[in-house]
Amino acid sequence: MTSYRLASGGAANRGRSLTFTFDGRTYKGFEGDTLASALLANDQMLMARSFKYHRPRGVVTAGSAEPNALMTIGAGARSEPNARATVVELYDRLVAVSQNRWPSLKHDFGALNNVLSPFLGAGFYYKTFMWPALFWEKLYEPLIRRAAGLGKAVMQADPDRYEKSWTHCDLLVIGAGPAGLTAALAAGRAGARVILADEGFRLGGSMLSESAMVGGMPACDFATTTVEELATLPNVTLMPRTTVFGWYDDMVFGAVERVQKHVATPSPDLPMERLWRIVAKRAILAAGAEERPLVFGGNDRPGVMTAGAIRTYLNRYGVAVGGKVAVFTNGGSGYRTAADLVARGVDVTAIIDARPGSADPVPQGIRVIRGGSVTDTRGWHRIDGLIAERSGFEEVIACDALAMSGGWSPVVHLMCQRGAKPVWSDEKQAFMAPDLGGAFVAAGSAAGFDGLSDCLKDGAAKAHTVLESLGRRALPLALPRVEGEYDASFAPLWYVPGAKNKAFVDFQNDVHVGDLGLAQREGFRHIEHTKRYTTAGMATDQGKLGNINTVGIVAGMRGVSPAEIGTTTFRPFYTPVSFGALAGSARAEHAAPVRTSPLAGWARKNGAAFVEAGPWHRSAWFPREGEKTWRESVDREVLNVRANAGLCDVSTLGKIEIFGAGAAEFLDRIYCNGFLKLPVGKARYGLMLREDGIVFDDGTTSRLSENHYVMTTTTAYAAEVLSHMEFAAQTFWPELDVRFVSVTDQWAQMSLAGPKARIILGRVVQDDISDAAFPFLAAKEVTLRGGLRARLFRISFSGELAYELAVPAGFGEAVADAIMDAGHEDGICAYGVEALNVLRVEKGHVTHSELEGRTTADDVGLGRMMAMQKPDFIGKRLSTRFGLTAADRLQLVGLKPVEADKEIRAGAHLLKDQAKPSLANDQGFVSSACFSPTLGHFIALAMLKSGRERFGEKIIVWDGLRGTEVPAEVCPPVFVDPENTKLHL
Amino acid sequence: MASLITCPHCGARPKEEFSVRGAAMPARPSPMAKDEAWHAYVYIRDNPKGRYQEYWHHAAGCRRWLVVDRDNLTHDVFGVTDAADFVQARGIE
Amino acid sequence: MRYSAYSIFKQALSGNRLWTPAWREPEPKPHYDVIIVGGGGHGLSTAYYLAKEFGITNVAVVEKGYIGSGNVGRNTTIIRSNYLLEGNNPFYEFSLKLWEGIEKDFNYNAMVSQRGIINLFHSDGQRDEYARRGNGMRMHGVYAELLDREQVRRMMPYLNFDHARFPIMGGLYQKRGGTVRHDAVAWGYARGADQRGVDIIQHCEVTGIRRENGVVTGVETTKGFIGCNKLALAAAGNTTTVGRMADLELPIETHVLQAFVSEGLKPVIDHVITYGAGHFYISQSDKGGLVFGAEIDFYSSYAQRGNLQTVEHTMEEGVSLIPGLSRAKVLRSWGGVMDMSMDGSPIIDRTPVDNLYLNCGWCYGGFKATPASGFCFAHLIARNETHHVSRFMRLDRFERGYTIDEAGKGPQPNLH
Repeated sequence: MTSYRLASGGAANRGRSLTFTFDGRTYKGFEGDTLASALLANDQMLMARSFKYHRPRGVVTAGSAEPNALMTIGAGARSEPNARATVVELYDRLVAVSQNRWPSLKHDFGALNNVLSPFLGAGFYYKTFMWPALFWEKLYEPLIRRAAGLGKAVMQADPDRYEKSWTHCDLLVIGAGPAGLTAALAAGRAGARVILADEGFRLGGSMLSESAMVGGMPACDFATTTVEELATLPNVTLMPRTTVFGWYDDMVFGAVERVQKHVATPSPDLPMERLWRIVAKRAILAAGAEERPLVFGGNDRPGVMTAGAIRTYLNRYGVAVGGKVAVFTNGGSGYRTAADLVARGVDVTAIIDARPGSADPVPQGIRVIRGGSVTDTRGWHRIDGLIAERSGFEEVIACDALAMSGGWSPVVHLMCQRGAKPVWSDEKQAFMAPDLGGAFVAAGSAAGFDGLSDCLKDGAAKAHTVLESLGRRALPLALPRVEGEYDASFAPLWYVPGAKNKAFVDFQNDVHVGDLGLAQREGFRHIEHTKRYTTAGMATDQGKLGNINTVGIVAGMRGVSPAEIGTTTFRPFYTPVSFGALAGSARAEHAAPVRTSPLAGWARKNGAAFVEAGPWHRSAWFPREGEKTWRESVDREVLNVRANAGLCDVSTLGKIEIFGAGAAEFLDRIYCNGFLKLPVGKARYGLMLREDGIVFDDGTTSRLSENHYVMTTTTAYAAEVLSHMEFAAQTFWPELDVRFVSVTDQWAQMSLAGPKARIILGRVVQDDISDAAFPFLAAKEVTLRGGLRARLFRISFSGELAYELAVPAGFGEAVADAIMDAGHEDGICAYGVEALNVLRVEKGHVTHSELEGRTTADDVGLGRMMAMQKPDFIGKRLSTRFGLTAADRLQLVGLKPVEADKEIRAGAHLLKDQAKPSLANDQGFVSSACFSPTLGHFIALAMLKSGRERFGEKIIVWDGLRGTEVPAEVCPPVFVDPENTKLHL
Repeated sequence: MASLITCPHCGARPKEEFSVRGAAMPARPSPMAKDEAWHAYVYIRDNPKGRYQEYWHHAAGCRRWLVVDRDNLTHDVFGVTDAADFVQARGIE
Repeated sequence: MRYSAYSIFKQALSGNRLWTPAWREPEPKPHYDVIIVGGGGHGLSTAYYLAKEFGITNVAVVEKGYIGSGNVGRNTTIIRSNYLLEGNNPFYEFSLKLWEGIEKDFNYNAMVSQRGIINLFHSDGQRDEYARRGNGMRMHGVYAELLDREQVRRMMPYLNFDHARFPIMGGLYQKRGGTVRHDAVAWGYARGADQRGVDIIQHCEVTGIRRENGVVTGVETTKGFIGCNKLALAAAGNTTTVGRMADLELPIETHVLQAFVSEGLKPVIDHVITYGAGHFYISQSDKGGLVFGAEIDFYSSYAQRGNLQTVEHTMEEGVSLIPGLSRAKVLRSWGGVMDMSMDGSPIIDRTPVDNLYLNCGWCYGGFKATPASGFCFAHLIARNETHHVSRFMRLDRFERGYTIDEAGKGPQPNLH
């Protein structure tokens, strides 16, 4: 046995045993274990394969920077790829599977790459796989793709739910180690609203792993006591299992809380993860420091771990990572690890210290090789020895684990996410947090402090400074006495040259020192080039472990200070965040809210089929018994409207009430046609342009009283039109007295169309609606039988005698029912948006199929509406530009198939008869097409080059996508009742 | 900026309540102005790097158009005013 | 040094110690025939084609950072030519054709992968729009297919067909669309240009444009004055800043677009997919990361970073379209700073200043344009006449009323 659980000790709950599997084998661990500590306790050091060379890998850290020990956790739709075993909290029946290996973790064919590695250096793929060209997509790329990647995504819908929340605080403390705890305590006692967030499942940070005594008790117990006090403060919120992953503008922090990632059977009443947006007045980054690996030959063998990680497994989890542990260090951390191991009865074979001398206390009987280095390691699935070198002499030292410590890098990631760069410190031999001016400061080892007592002190001190800037006084915190802390200072050692084996800087991506050298030789000298060319720092740990070593090594190769090299850019996310957490509940059917018409109930009763129209669900057609296709229903509805009458829900049209003495003038400037002279009681069709002279939207506006109008817009542009008018009123013409309110949801609106519309409506409306009393384009308030006040407009989209009736939304369904009853004897039918569309195409009315953001009023035959005599309207000035008035523009025309049984489809293009399909011959396109039951053949609206000059011309409707070519005749776009006689019945 | 906007009417509100239109400095020319002025108003943007005045609409709030005076490099906000006040202060060409 | 399997083999035998720099690091000469401002994809490809196609090799590319530090190194790597308008389609098709031969051309494997791009549609109206676009492509000889729901399901069974808020009805599919390894494009062009004598001068910021009698004579830089006969701007994201040095008035606003990459996953998404009910688009890199994005952040920004709301919105669309992503993890987000032009289309043209040439306004579609942009710009610079596929991309089209408004949104840059 090489790594094992000690008989006692550690913070894991030995009273509660948990069962889990890894690659199908069953193991036992304890509550409070991570998956990594439990695997180590079971002597499972081999946990993964590396990305490129498929080298055997163990765990190298005990935290979130872990680059190696990635596995897939969970089964079926709950499986999560690339989980870091070092941060996965063990739960009962956890299922873990290793990744990126075949056929097994122990015997992986991919390791062949390791042998081929001389040919697979940095960027090799840019230099080959080019011949023959076809082979890239057929052979090379599929092979590369299959070999690449880590875990598998199951691509099944997630059975769990996710949610999002905002929260606010005076002070956000990120990290609950020594500095974070004292910062939170100082601020909490002073009454500030504090959030203390930590990525771990247990608060305490490094104090959970260190053997020092704090305040007369083990550091771990001190952390627990402090957390217990914090938990009693009502103004302090503790957020364990919460990773602050991003710092955004205005002191908004993104954080993800893993609410149920650690439970065997998630409760349906809780989210799996919760996304927090934390708005903090101040923030303290107390995220600690990351211990640097040393870079030497074979530094990636399973069993080679950071010294701090070995202490964590030992002290926190009661796990010895080996029976014979060697130490390679350039600072105090290695000595502390050795001392802790010895204290727990674990053999330490040697300490190899790169420094010629140091004052670090050496555990009794342990050999120290000062001024030495490890040049190489041995073993395959696990380290079994190392080669130590001093003064040119080499010796082999047997070991089954190797602690390495290359010094410390403050974790400054979050503070550098918004453009500020970390600052190199020669004194600390590390990149330090930038000065961000006080709202966001680093504390403890994140601020470069080494010792435990200094970190405890700095946390409190930073909290005091921050509180003062918020105008709060805090009492000084009595700091506990620390005994037995070690000196964490170190001497720089970027890498050990002369290794035969590769010395890795980025473990997961298999980037080694040789790759960095190659990148320099080939001119990829900027650190971003080095990164991109070698992929150093691009693995799932985003270089947390290796980037600073990369910088140091490149600096060494170039003979400059790391300050001159600088770091690559820090960007969110601090650690990877699930899509699920970021998406929250807005997914599947809940991706966007559904807007429902007040007449939806009426439509359902009448058997409607519904269709999505932007956010709306609209009634599309109303199938009746015996109708097998939607076309049968639509044809019947159209014919019935033309012969009798139909009722259609048009509530989705935007409705805007406009008030004020300046309303008439305002409308006159907003629309391109005149509105000043619109009398009270009248509706008018209006066309709005954008300032560039292109049509924006159309609709009708009715004057209900002197200073009160109601406007309808298209369904699609309702919101845009209101915003546009508000903008114009506020910034163009603030002198005009005009106000707007959207009433789209307040009114149910229905269109009653057909020759029998008046007869039917007369049975519902009290007022006189005879043609004389209520002619075409009349608009006024009426009273329905029963007393309900309603708005009635005599406007028509279908070309029939038609009315739009608007009633308060809550009455919509009752009124629609009443109209259906009233019209029963006259053959009324319900009709949907499909029939409405056919009716309007037959009548040649345009919609956003024609008004598609590139058409002028003249293009669609409405040029005469432009009241150029008006001094000003939006779009007037730029509408006369050459390109917008050129003779060869596309113009609205109608199309009829030459052979009556041929179908024309929207989206087809137009060719001159006999012309070959080519861009040069492209004459335009079909914008709207339908079968016209009234005419008995397909008809279409189209935009055709100089179209209005070409009525009568035979043209080819070319639909290459669907393989049809239909000869058609160009005609005026109005197919039914061009004289408008039916409107005025 | 851009995470939270302090609306002069509603206080600090999240970005998703707003929509952004663009540069606030170009003033709509008089109907009589030259073609060049109209072209510049509609199409030409000063687009400075740094301090920038931009139209934001509190669409899911008070529905007022606002001018956010901000730095488009650092995303600092210097102030938010009602667009009507901004226009009055800017003057009309 | 020519790259090949043989060169890799030979170099490996000597411990990979004899590889030579992919490009030189020259000091600027006092004068060049052409100076290109901007060592991004477009600037480097312009230099490459100037040298290779037009025989102009006395060229410098001056770059304020490192080459490829702008948008060519921070995009979502998609190539396609499925454009609607006559002003765009032939240009992007020309670009796609250049992509298809680019690796042989510049002897660098940029991993051009024509895995197919699909634009999903979710309504009849959207189908008609895509049919119009697809037929326009076909008219130009660019193959496109209109797939129905079941055809899409067979190709991409993991999409949300059964519980979608906006059901997938089909898609417009261009088989020749795909992805390219973005950094390799910058490096391949740089190396190719360098081999033909172009000086690539990194860490050299242009601080002024010198004119004499209205004619450009050179640039002031952080490495001193460099003279030239012709000056070409290809500084997308900073076009206004550089253009102002020559008093150019431009129809450009600068915006930030975020993009994302997930942790490495075994291959699950074999195509480039765009979501028609939102702006989400996604593909999977050869390394295994899912590369995706959605909308811009909407406000003007020169910061290469965005905000959390846009991040969340992107993920919402992603999980809505591909529910199986939910438990995968996003690794990194970044922001690209773009020239958003007033009609959403680019400008490749002369300027009112003699000998000053302009290439800008790529919005968020610049990557796929890289080869054609460089070729057409080089054509314009070398011959002083517009290449026919870029003939609509004029600077004066706004005044003349010939905008190329692919989205139909008008003169509001953040809507394109």
